Amino acid sequence: MAISAHCRQPLDPSAQSGPKYCLNNLERRLLNLYQRGLPLTPTPFADIARQLGASEALVLQILGRLQEAGIISRIGPVFKPQRIGACTLAAMQVPAGELERVAAMINRYPEVNHNYEREDEFNLWFVVTAPSQAHLDDTLGRMERETGLPILNLPLIEQFHIDLGFPLWC
Amino acid sequence: MVLNESDRRLVAAIQGGLPLCSHPYAAIAERLSMDEQAVIQAIARLQERGIIKRMGIVVRHHELGYTANAMVVWDVPDERLEQVGKALGGESCVTLCYQRPRRLPKWPYNLFSMIHGKDRQRVLNYIDSLIEAHALDEIPHRILFSGRRFKQRGARYQ
Repeated sequence: MAISAHCRQPLDPSAQSGPKYCLNNLERRLLNLYQRGLPLTPTPFADIARQLGASEALVLQILGRLQEAGIISRIGPVFKPQRIGACTLAAMQVPAGELERVAAMINRYPEVNHNYEREDEFNLWFVVTAPSQAHLDDTLGRMERETGLPILNLPLIEQFHIDLGFPLWC
Repeated sequence: MVLNESDRRLVAAIQGGLPLCSHPYAAIAERLSMDEQAVIQAIARLQERGIIKRMGIVVRHHELGYTANAMVVWDVPDERLEQVGKALGGESCVTLCYQRPRRLPKWPYNLFSMIHGKDRQRVLNYIDSLIEAHALDEIPHRILFSGRRFKQRGARYQ
């Protein structure tokens, strides 16, 4: 893995915190400009490359490398929540000491795509998506029975932000 | 939301990401026995209908050192909800801002915002600046920093 000259200090790959990868200028511009608006043209990567003053081969190489490093999960669509199928944010109050066991139970459901610990009395948060509301309700019910814990069901009512991707200057 | 059969097949083919090659839409088209222009037009229509909200690079910011992540939940009086929601949602470093139902008595919060940063102190300072900029000091809030990630992948459908 090439480490960019823009990194101020060498990165320790075994470090628990801090970036695992440091972006160079071209990579940073690519990620800031194309989290949205991927060209809908026969050769999107060549068009991006032209905008950035680079070659298509280099853009494809960078994207492949960042994907391999786990910095990019994919180049593709982000769906608006609740437009295809049903979706909710769920939270549970899991007794201390049982969090890992309960999290593993929840992970086994294919309907779950994010599952996080949060530092709060509601310490397990997960997103459940399903092809229909009935399927979603059924899944939540099965989770409550399997874990013996009530679920806080927090479906989206209204979205106030405009999703432009995540600016890398925050 | 009604998707026809060919849209469903297209969504299934692209939701894991486009192939990294010169003609990614042609590669998808070949897999679906469609032609390239039909794939491009169908994706454009899904975007126009708002089903796809963006097409682009999906970054895992955690891997870039944005390891501090706070979900800040607010108990906003109903009459101020839209104004506060739009104000927070318009901040570039607030990545998500949603209204969700209160679940009383345990959960009085109706507005959820997500803030990422490179460390906790920066995130806390940023929350302070949001409270000041948008006059939110009277609104009860709770900060839930994220801990371990047990699972993370893009939403899949059908």
